[in-house]
Amino acid sequence: MSTQTTDVAIVGGGLIGVWTAFFLARRGQRVTLIEKGVVGEQSSGVNFGNLRLQGRLPGQYPLSLRSQALWEDFDALIGEGCEFEQTGHLYLAYDEEEHAKLEGYAKVSESYGLAIERIGPADLRRRWPWLSERAVAATFSERDATANPRLATPAVARAAARQGAAILENTRVTAVDREGDGFALALADGNRISCVALVNCAGAWAMEIAERFGESAPVFPAGPPQFVTEPFPYRIAPSVQAIDGSVIFRQIPRGNIILAGYPRTAADPQANRAPVPPAKTLAAMRALARVAPMLAQCHVIRVWSGIEAYLPDMIPVIGPSETTPGLFHAFGFCGHGFQIGPGVGLCLSEMILDGATPTPLDPFSITRFRTAATVSEKFRKEFD
Amino acid sequence: MERSQAQFRRVARRSGPPVTLSFDGRPINATAGDSVLAALLESGAFVRRLEFGVEPRAGFCLMGACQDCWVWSAAGGRIRACTTSVSEGMELFAEPQDMAGSRG
Amino acid sequence: MAEIVIIGAGPAGISAAELLVANGVKPILIDEGMRAGGQGYRRPADDLALDMTKLMGSEAGRYAALHKRFATLRPRIDYRPQTLVWAIDGKRLHLLRDGRTETLDCDSLLIASGAMDRIAPFPGWTTPGVFTLGGAQVALKDQGCLIGSRVAFLGSSPLLTLAAKQYRAMGAEIAVIADTTPFSAKLAAMPALLGAPRTLLRGLWYMAAALRTGIPMLHGVTPVAVEGDGRVEALALRDGSGRERRFACDAIALGYGLKPETQLADLAGADFAYDRDFRLFLPKIDGFGRARPGLYLAGDGVRIGGADAAEASGALAAHAILSDLGRAQDIAAIRPLARRVTRLRDFQRGLARAFAWPKEQIAALPDTVTLCRCENVTIGEVRAAMTKALGPVEVNRVKAMTRCGMGRCQGRVCGPTLQEIVAAGTEQGGEAAGRLRGQAPVKPIALAAAEEPA
Repeated sequence: MSTQTTDVAIVGGGLIGVWTAFFLARRGQRVTLIEKGVVGEQSSGVNFGNLRLQGRLPGQYPLSLRSQALWEDFDALIGEGCEFEQTGHLYLAYDEEEHAKLEGYAKVSESYGLAIERIGPADLRRRWPWLSERAVAATFSERDATANPRLATPAVARAAARQGAAILENTRVTAVDREGDGFALALADGNRISCVALVNCAGAWAMEIAERFGESAPVFPAGPPQFVTEPFPYRIAPSVQAIDGSVIFRQIPRGNIILAGYPRTAADPQANRAPVPPAKTLAAMRALARVAPMLAQCHVIRVWSGIEAYLPDMIPVIGPSETTPGLFHAFGFCGHGFQIGPGVGLCLSEMILDGATPTPLDPFSITRFRTAATVSEKFRKEFD
Repeated sequence: MERSQAQFRRVARRSGPPVTLSFDGRPINATAGDSVLAALLESGAFVRRLEFGVEPRAGFCLMGACQDCWVWSAAGGRIRACTTSVSEGMELFAEPQDMAGSRG
Repeated sequence: MAEIVIIGAGPAGISAAELLVANGVKPILIDEGMRAGGQGYRRPADDLALDMTKLMGSEAGRYAALHKRFATLRPRIDYRPQTLVWAIDGKRLHLLRDGRTETLDCDSLLIASGAMDRIAPFPGWTTPGVFTLGGAQVALKDQGCLIGSRVAFLGSSPLLTLAAKQYRAMGAEIAVIADTTPFSAKLAAMPALLGAPRTLLRGLWYMAAALRTGIPMLHGVTPVAVEGDGRVEALALRDGSGRERRFACDAIALGYGLKPETQLADLAGADFAYDRDFRLFLPKIDGFGRARPGLYLAGDGVRIGGADAAEASGALAAHAILSDLGRAQDIAAIRPLARRVTRLRDFQRGLARAFAWPKEQIAALPDTVTLCRCENVTIGEVRAAMTKALGPVEVNRVKAMTRCGMGRCQGRVCGPTLQEIVAAGTEQGGEAAGRLRGQAPVKPIALAAAEEPA
């Protein structure tokens, strides 16, 4: 039984944890990341892979844009690829009401400097001939991109390790306590870790640490029902999303089409299971065939889901603990954490090392749950 | 697909009506009840080219498990050759034909 | 009235249906194929002039009987051919028939989904003209065709000599019967094989017949490569004494025994356990084939045992279904069935030593060999992924990193080999490599299949 002393302990080896470890280690901090399974095993590894800039929550844009620059520099920064592609993102409206919504999103995006193209019905079919008549209007954001979530987190973890971070996989934290101005973590293997700062990015399991320090957030688990098809002739370049939530899909250069749909499925973090009801798969198949009829004979070969952490107001918790100096939270990314992952890691490293980050993160404070949580309209739409 | 010496060798005749189908534009003579795969492999055609390389494939398990014998149909469908019987006038291809519109 | 559904119309499914009908139940029998019989007892279409009596040899009697029994049974059951069960959600089955999906709710579910060949790759195994051993038999029984004119039989299985014998009887030249298991292993396994003397004798008879007809028969071979430019032209191997041998041929039948198709059992919620003799993860069942309440597994789809074991285990499962529905069952009828199933399934353990899965040969395969034929992933790519820092050491993670097992067949062909490559890479043994997780759909389904009726 040994005690390891480190500057920063990070609990949770998802995308947030490994990026935080990377940025801290790069600035010379001793970092230990503790992951109960293997890095990127949960939400970080099973999500859709969208690096979407259109249609984000307005307060998230500074973080989002900062993060996108890091994704765009991934290979140089990390030393490995993650199949990053600047595909652009196509947002589809099926009627006038949705069209108005698209316009609203577009204005917000533009106010943060994003270049958004508005496309009417004639141009839609000219530019994307595979698109059915169902889409009456669309907005296209050129800077949006996609990447392979299965590859990203392990690659960043390796880069963090090369910078000197210790990455402990298959290691469970059994207890966390205040120790002087820092923290002491007990591990399941009997070892202990002493640290000055502690980052809680344990995803659907983050409440255990938050509650230990007298904080709370109404986190609940759910999963994105997804499927992938066989390889099909490559025709669909952008990442595509219907604003009504019925389909999000993209085609990778190998030809497979990946689709995520709503409503979300139930997920069980204890049993580590998130089964996909076949009825949801069928609904998603119908929705995809209606918007891209050329895919009618494309075959689904596998479904999957995963365990993501959600909050009822559909925005994450990012920021310092309200009760405990030196503790930082980053969890509950409500299914949109992939894109902002690197930005969150960078901001956390700045908060820890510089005491502050230039990126505004007030909307994400855990203190908002002191009063009753507001329930977002998005929440009502995306779940059943 | 180049025409070459047939892979399959028929040793038992079928007594059903003849069926003509085409594969990559060339006529294939078969008998009702033949599987598409048997008809192709008896006539000297292969079945497809792997998407991730150029190597030809000619099926493998012949019982619908390995999924290595899917062919394209002019009617827009896709057919697993070993578990589908031939039908008159089928127009099949080893590679995808031009689909609605070009890439976008 | 409880809805009892049987998936699979081979000997196990048919025997189960028979017993249920005899007890006044009308089960639904779902068959992916066009005609009942499964794989081993495939019945060709009536218009194919194939002498099945001659082809089935000593099994001709049982074969004919099974099909006669099914003909009698058919009007008394709800038989649904050409129907695929693509997903199972609790008690709800999701079916695909005529290109459209539909659902079926059941109370008791018996899965008798049969088996497929177990394959180990080697250089050139994806060349057109290489088929599975089972496939070589299907070509003959179902289509009246030989897979080639001069055929090599390679792998390790009692079916190698049986299939070669059938092929020779139908006019094929047999290039070689090449078994990767040394003859000494067969001798050593003899005591275990005495448990099924009739089967053992049959196997020896086939082997003797092959030798008598001058077919080269080698044991303890190591496959070296398939030679040929875009098609099979020869099989190169090293024989038991290490000598390089080359056999001109135009087709190769490749197989290392059978493995149960357990995807549906997985979706239905069966638990799995690693079997060290077979080096496979198999569903956990009790002596009757019960996997969990309301879920029963029988035949080669749960444990390889051959047609006789399939029939007996199908009947046993039916007994269990009836008993669980409150109908007392006759112990005197059950005991002999249970004994037969146990004896025949145990026999397979001896066979697994006499005809061994070549795990050492697999570990020694060069990096250039294709491992996943769907996604074109080589053994080298898998090994490289595993040796990276924080690299995967478990099959599902290896799959996620390398795409091996991510293709249309979802690991049916490459799965067992992937398991061995991962086990060899971690030096922790086969079980630690993990089990490929099953997900719907069990076979590819087109988007158009989800269309609702107008």
